[in-house]
Amino acid sequence: MKLSIQVNEGPYNHEASVSALNYTKAALEAGHEIFRVFFYHDGVNNGTRYTTPPQDDINIANTWSELAEKHGLDLVVCVAAAQRRGIVDEGEQQRNGKDGNNIAAGFRISGLGQLIEAGIQSDRLVVFGD
Amino acid sequence: MSILHTVNKSPFDRNSLESCVRLAAKGGAVLMIEDGVYGAMKGTTASDMVTNAMKDLTFYVLGPDLKARGVDEGKLIDGVKVVDYNGFVTLTVENDKVQSWL
Repeated sequence: MKLSIQVNEGPYNHEASVSALNYTKAALEAGHEIFRVFFYHDGVNNGTRYTTPPQDDINIANTWSELAEKHGLDLVVCVAAAQRRGIVDEGEQQRNGKDGNNIAAGFRISGLGQLIEAGIQSDRLVVFGD
Repeated sequence: MSILHTVNKSPFDRNSLESCVRLAAKGGAVLMIEDGVYGAMKGTTASDMVTNAMKDLTFYVLGPDLKARGVDEGKLIDGVKVVDYNGFVTLTVENDKVQSWL
């Protein structure tokens, strides 16, 4: 079955990111297709490669990146939410004249249309948030 | 058509479990996750609400989230089924839609 996932909270303000991660892993293991994971609101904070949690902590951003590489996941960060919170890719860096970018591997920045499309194209849309 | 409802708030913190139970259509499934697992415990002020709703809805609770909170399965309301993440995925597939009560 084709599934999409929406994540509304950051890795350090709510359990939602970890729940979404566990759910995504289980869905992939069961052989389902993950059409897209859409990061909205504070959920965009999952997509920075600059997080450096203590070594005995789960590194949630890295885990998403690893999953994306292994399974070809489409991890999409909402552009308006990302701009507000300083999540920047190369395109946004140039467009907004920033001195660097911080998007994590496997993530891309795009618009809300990607969430709507995920809802239309997928058999189920599962939302994790607060 | 059946809907899987997920509830991630304790019934002693927010009213999302109460709203879900009140509005969910007959034949639906309710999965309690994160702090929502407290709604699955017996002998609380929320237990009767869940027990009474069991004639119309099937209740599930996410095992790993119970374990994270030290809630023993023996403390659950009779009839609430414990599932793991694989069970969560199966529930989303078996029902036609998923509604998260955030």
